[in-house]
Amino acid sequence: MSSIVEVTHLRKLFPVKKGGLFDRQEKFVHAIDDVSFTVERGEVLAVVGESGCGKSTLALTLMGLERPTSGVIQINGQNIATLKGKEIQVVRRHVQMIFQDPYESLNPIMTIADIVAEPLKVHGLVKNKQERQERVIRALEDAGLKPALNFMHRLPQELSGGQRQRVVIAGALVLEPELLIADEPVSMLDVSIRAEILNLLLELRQMRGISIVMITHDLGTVGYVADRIAVMYLGRLVEIGPALQVLQQPHHPYTRALLSVVPVPNPRQRRERVILQGETPNPINLPPGCRFHPRCPVAQPRCQETDPMLQPVAAAHEAACLLLSSG
Amino acid sequence: MSPSPPPIRSFWRTFRRNRMGMVGAVMLILAVLIAVFAPALAPYNPYQPTRVTIDDIYAPPSPAHPFGTDDAGKDVLSSFIYGARVSLIVGFFASFISVVIGGVIGISAGFYGGKLENGLMRFTDIMLVIPDFPLIVLLVALTKPSLLNIIVVIGLLGWTSSARLVRSQTLSVKQRKFVLRARAIGAGNFHIIRRHIFPLVLPLIVVNTVLVISLAVLNESALSFLGLSDPTKISWGQMLNFAFTRGAMSAGAWWALVAPGLGIVWLVLGCTLLGQGLEQVLNPRLETHHLSVGSKMVARMMGMKEKPSEVKAVSGD
Repeated sequence: MSSIVEVTHLRKLFPVKKGGLFDRQEKFVHAIDDVSFTVERGEVLAVVGESGCGKSTLALTLMGLERPTSGVIQINGQNIATLKGKEIQVVRRHVQMIFQDPYESLNPIMTIADIVAEPLKVHGLVKNKQERQERVIRALEDAGLKPALNFMHRLPQELSGGQRQRVVIAGALVLEPELLIADEPVSMLDVSIRAEILNLLLELRQMRGISIVMITHDLGTVGYVADRIAVMYLGRLVEIGPALQVLQQPHHPYTRALLSVVPVPNPRQRRERVILQGETPNPINLPPGCRFHPRCPVAQPRCQETDPMLQPVAAAHEAACLLLSSG
Repeated sequence: MSPSPPPIRSFWRTFRRNRMGMVGAVMLILAVLIAVFAPALAPYNPYQPTRVTIDDIYAPPSPAHPFGTDDAGKDVLSSFIYGARVSLIVGFFASFISVVIGGVIGISAGFYGGKLENGLMRFTDIMLVIPDFPLIVLLVALTKPSLLNIIVVIGLLGWTSSARLVRSQTLSVKQRKFVLRARAIGAGNFHIIRRHIFPLVLPLIVVNTVLVISLAVLNESALSFLGLSDPTKISWGQMLNFAFTRGAMSAGAWWALVAPGLGIVWLVLGCTLLGQGLEQVLNPRLETHHLSVGSKMVARMMGMKEKPSEVKAVSGD
């Protein structure tokens, strides 16, 4: 089984301000800093982390919408960072994206049929109207909008949030992609609809063998959907491993802190909460050493000096913390 | 597939209730009808040479000449009806040129950004600070005063406000998520502009066109009044010019001045009302504009008995 996505040493810096006349030093926001991971075929990988940690930049870079500063992103064995024009179009056909806000991601003056058919037109995939119609109907019904004919001639504002998100999913499915990148696909939806959309994604994974990279900050639902979880902090992966293991035996203190504040259904089962102190450090001036040490509840003096790398802690489970190596 | 009819139908439903816009539309349509059917409506053909006696010069309104006659003994009503043609032709075509240039510059500057935007917008700024009218006068005076030249000159100098407006709208549309989604699908720049940017900028362009028409009509009239019009075409500005320079005032012939003057006011007012009406309908944020006290606001003020400023704040959200 080969992996569909292979990311190695990916780095994305955003210049903040050009140096002045005397200050030639340019400053950068380190949105993604030396991130490596793979996504296997048919796998759901969840990327979690607080806002500003680089999750969404990671999604855009995977889509080829942002050029990486350095590093390699291989999708189906092709490095999308070096592809140009036509070639990137071909790769893009296999990678589609689902956006966070279904109220904003649909053009308000296009009908649902037009929206779903747009990818087919852009890629010139269908020869005649009838074939296009058939594929649009199939995509809509696969996305759970049945019967499709009831929706095709409506405008986005006539649909509910959950229905719109299904339209976005249909628009991605119509190209029959191998990889879906879902950037917080349910965070804007009502809680009652979230499970439906997540189930839909899981169904698609099973029916079509689609791999999914799901960006989220909701640790409550990742255990339900993800096969593996990657935890990001300030542009770097701090822990990655099988979902259950990461949730039940988190090794990195940041993961532990995140998990300790997830609400538990049983109120008697109180756990000790780790409330992180302070703000996320400025991603322009990163702290030296481990970038989590200013907020880490178990930080030691050496954490200020050495920047930890990911290291194996269990089978297929890695974490980046200095404390793991010496006990 | 063609754009779906529902938005147009709902637009018409809202627009029909906008009294200002409807009045403007009726005024403009009336002017267009008069211009189109001029030969049928005018009692005389002003381009035909006529035999006149001394009594026909500046003759006051009479059953034979309802608007009186001018300095050459011609029927003012007929000239007035034919004059509408020139004003409207110049207005429509010049504003068309302006809006096309402004739209192209505005969309490309807003969409592509960077150096292109910088260059185009600095150029727009330069054009914006040059006083339009003196330059128009200069250019028309240097070229042959034909209808085509007047249209081109007015059109080439009137695009700056459209360019700025279209650019700002493009900037805001570009930021919306469905443009990012189109990119993620793999759509190229041209496709995105055609399918996602242009249709959403179009309402603004339509409104702007209507407002630019009134500007072009005014410019044309001013040019003709200064004697820079095509001498072979009767226009309202030219009628004013002849009346003004050929003693209509001293002869007490007010009718030779009032008819073309009111014609210009009619057209400009019609365009402005229609343009502002369209703006209100197409841009919901303008609904509680400080100048427009709509029926809704009045009803709120009556019901709430609060200070107007507070009412505005409430109705603004």
